[in-house]
Amino acid sequence: MVIAVASGKGGTGKTTVACALALCGEKDVCLLDCDVDEPNAHILLHPRIEETVVASVVRPHIDEALCDGCGACSRVCRYRALTVLRDKPLLLEHLCHGCGGCSLVCPKGAITEKAKPIGRIERGHAGDIRFVSGVLNVGEAMSPPLIRQVRAQATGCRDVVIDAPPGTSCPMVAAARGSDFCVLVTEPTPFGLHDLSLAVEVVRKLGVPFGVVINIADIGDDRVERYCRDQEVEVLARIPYDRTIAEAYSRGRPIIEARPKLQAVFSGIVRDIHARGGSAA
Amino acid sequence: MTGSTRAQSTATVIIEAAMKIAISAQGGSMSAKVSGQFGRCAYFLIVDADTMKFEPVGNPGTGMAHGAGPEAAREISSRGAQVVLTGRVGPNAKSALDAAGIRIVEGISDSATVKEAVESYLRGR
Repeated sequence: MVIAVASGKGGTGKTTVACALALCGEKDVCLLDCDVDEPNAHILLHPRIEETVVASVVRPHIDEALCDGCGACSRVCRYRALTVLRDKPLLLEHLCHGCGGCSLVCPKGAITEKAKPIGRIERGHAGDIRFVSGVLNVGEAMSPPLIRQVRAQATGCRDVVIDAPPGTSCPMVAAARGSDFCVLVTEPTPFGLHDLSLAVEVVRKLGVPFGVVINIADIGDDRVERYCRDQEVEVLARIPYDRTIAEAYSRGRPIIEARPKLQAVFSGIVRDIHARGGSAA
Repeated sequence: MTGSTRAQSTATVIIEAAMKIAISAQGGSMSAKVSGQFGRCAYFLIVDADTMKFEPVGNPGTGMAHGAGPEAAREISSRGAQVVLTGRVGPNAKSALDAAGIRIVEGISDSATVKEAVESYLRGR
């Protein structure tokens, strides 16, 4: 069962919830930290990293001696990472999505693919939990290729919990797409509601079943609750506003250590998701 | 003094004869307003600075989800433009215009017409 934890708004408690779900799941759990711009699940889980591999994407390499400036590469590139100007190709590498189309269509064979490192993937264990984290290089603009590579590590485990990046754009989609279930974490604030409604639209479009966890549920207003009722969105859990939880978090301790009673809540969520069935893996 | 001025203006005339100016525009005529955007303007007008003859060109960049700037630069480069007058040029478009050797003149107000922008540029040069 693949469970993605996403949010829309940043800072609502995705990592708190993702780590709690991983810790409260039954055995054979894998946690994938797909928030590769700023991975932080390790802060709560303290994994032992056993292996680090370089993650790369492909970029075109152009042999200008072979290029006759025909422009076929530019026409196939929908991002215009390649443009032929004055019969010479201009490569704007940060626009390239690494599809390899240019090297396929070049009639002169002037374009080859070169691997370009964009980050790394760390693998290890946190107790019984298999732990995988993607780390995007500073300055790298595009995270989805790395997120997809981290997701590809989700093999052989009974449960996979994905800590998704915030937002509702390509990185979040790359992390949540194809999951069996998506847990959307929000807070009862105007921003929380606004970004939740965007996230709901995205997961509906992705066709992923979902439910909501309302964090710091006893502050703010009741508009998130009302939204969930109106939209017939299930509220899976409400986490109280609790200084003890915040203090534990600031010391890198997971929420269920601060409030052991919440263990039942999170294992209940995992059980419920299992009861719904489905498997994307 | 007089001699050197004359030599300079002769050189200028030679350059002007060949110079084509591209202007980002909201419509396809000389009376259309300038467009503040380079990559996503509706039209370019390619104006011959010598004869003031012009050619309207639809911007192929407008319909693109990505890469509008480089595509717009490729289009005006293929039409022989050597200078572009516009409101603002994005970073990707700038790289492409630089590679094409096209001079960028930014900060043209979109309340000016294409004709006014060209005339003002030619006067101020």
